[in-house]
Amino acid sequence: VASVDVTQTARRPFTGRRVHLGDLILQGVAGLAALGATLLVALIVWKVVDGARPAISKFGLPFLWHVVWNPVVGREAFGAGSFLFGTAITSFFALVLATPLAMGIALFLSELAPRVVRGPVTALVETLAAVPSVVVGLWGILVLGPALRTHIEGFLHSAFGFIPLFGPASPSGASLFTAVIVLTIMILPIVSSISRELFLGVPPELKEGALALGATRWEMIRGVVFPYARGGIAAALILGLGRAMGEAIAVTQVIGGGVFIHWSLFSSGDTLASKIAAEYQGATSNLDVASLIYLGVILLVLSLLANLTAQYIVRKVARKHGVTRGGRA
Amino acid sequence: MSAQGLTAPVRRDDRLKRRKAVNRVMELLAWLAALIAVAILGIVVFSVGRRGWGELNLNLLTKHPIPFSFTNAPQGLSNAFAGTLVIVALSTVMALPVGILVAIYLNEFARASVRNGVGVALDVLAGVPAIVVGIFVYGLLVAGGGGQSGIKAAFALAILMLPFVARTTIEVLALVPNSLREASLGLGIPQWRTTLSIVLPRAIGGILTGTVLAVARVAGETAPLLFTSSLVGPQTSWNPTHALQTVPLAIFELSESPDPNDHARAWAAAFVLLLFILFASLTARWLATRSARKIAGR
Repeated sequence: VASVDVTQTARRPFTGRRVHLGDLILQGVAGLAALGATLLVALIVWKVVDGARPAISKFGLPFLWHVVWNPVVGREAFGAGSFLFGTAITSFFALVLATPLAMGIALFLSELAPRVVRGPVTALVETLAAVPSVVVGLWGILVLGPALRTHIEGFLHSAFGFIPLFGPASPSGASLFTAVIVLTIMILPIVSSISRELFLGVPPELKEGALALGATRWEMIRGVVFPYARGGIAAALILGLGRAMGEAIAVTQVIGGGVFIHWSLFSSGDTLASKIAAEYQGATSNLDVASLIYLGVILLVLSLLANLTAQYIVRKVARKHGVTRGGRA
Repeated sequence: MSAQGLTAPVRRDDRLKRRKAVNRVMELLAWLAALIAVAILGIVVFSVGRRGWGELNLNLLTKHPIPFSFTNAPQGLSNAFAGTLVIVALSTVMALPVGILVAIYLNEFARASVRNGVGVALDVLAGVPAIVVGIFVYGLLVAGGGGQSGIKAAFALAILMLPFVARTTIEVLALVPNSLREASLGLGIPQWRTTLSIVLPRAIGGILTGTVLAVARVAGETAPLLFTSSLVGPQTSWNPTHALQTVPLAIFELSESPDPNDHARAWAAAFVLLLFILFASLTARWLATRSARKIAGR
């Protein structure tokens, strides 16, 4: 089919696929853009590490666990310990809260929802992702924080005060706990919309098989949908974690600030991102700025790790499912 | 066999009841989770709307703020709205052509291995926290000399837009039927003309949708602006070679102020921003359903 006239193609090998100048130009320009986008990632890493160099050479790796932030000129001492702790604890608990909710939303949208509400609710969940972080933060500090303080924090402290996580209620509503709730809201849409797509990708014959064997809908979900989507869910959660770690503005607004490690969720604190956003304009010396950028380096490394891990899992899962599908066909 | 037959049905019935109850509970929890998500959106929009509505007037858009003074003269945030318009427009102009070119290269020219490699890079770029992009542009353009400016802020936002625009454009280009390309190439039209005047016009609706969503996303972005366009005066300026105030940054600063009047303006600005973003997202969604049908030619 490909060659109607073999002899002619053989005789004129160059006219079969003429190279146009326009082709070269478009391919060159477009290729340059693609190359630029790729190099941009490397440039970002290089430039951010470069900006942190004074702090890296002065403090080295112990910067990671030192709990101190003293910008007073002459007695400068900087360390990321408390901010790493704040980032870890807020994103961890945000993920803990968001995971069951996101799974529920995704299952609702993919398996349970009547056709009439499926579209609108999907749109609404995706709209939640579009709310700017600064607006969530404004709401968080002026409405959510005070409400949590009066209604939730006191209750949790009096009921579960023996657990160190639930200390005395915060004085103003600005606390790690408020940051956790705000982060939960911000990562909920991304985790649930990825999970929803994963659940929709489960082959219907597997689901129907389980139902035909007499499984209830929940047993079918537990036995077929979750195992099939397991890898993808892990990737979605890691992406959510990356998002939570990198969120700066909303967290800065609600977390209260401070350089200390408290186990209580109701005390104030700082994350890596919120420390950078809060202190940046007030930075006094070059070393101060470099140390803040060092925090940015840590944040960049963590988010790159999270992102690449998630991508690796997604590609592995896609390959596995592709193979099984190919094998069946 | 018969002895089992006498007792088993009763037990099986019990087990079935329990299994059905568990199923019921789990389904209920999933409904509840969806309800919570919708309720959160409702509560956020409602609280912003309730507090912002009263402060919403023309002064907000036409008057500039008057800092450090106990005046009762009407104040607004005209400087922030002007700055956001200029910066977001500039960043769109920067990111859109590059994003489309990247997508054209990956979808129309590149080999599979190159496509995968650049795809990874795009996803990584999309995962870089906005505040780190701010640090990057600060280190690259601001710290070295010249200081802050609207153009540099637009560049930072364009970096955030780029992977988004490229990804959506790739998806749209992939929807264009191959038969169109083959028909065009078969008529002897070179590939560059096929791409630019057959494939691209077919995909323009989808690209527009992606652009609207990207604009809605970066219009509310605050973190990169802290480093690139935050040292500003109260005067309204349209000149992007100087630092410009922006709506998200104004909300951020006003929300940290102890003055309730500042909070009121923050709510009003947040309401306007939220309305714009909700409107843009819904428009994009509407465009998407329309263009998807058109692209596939059905």
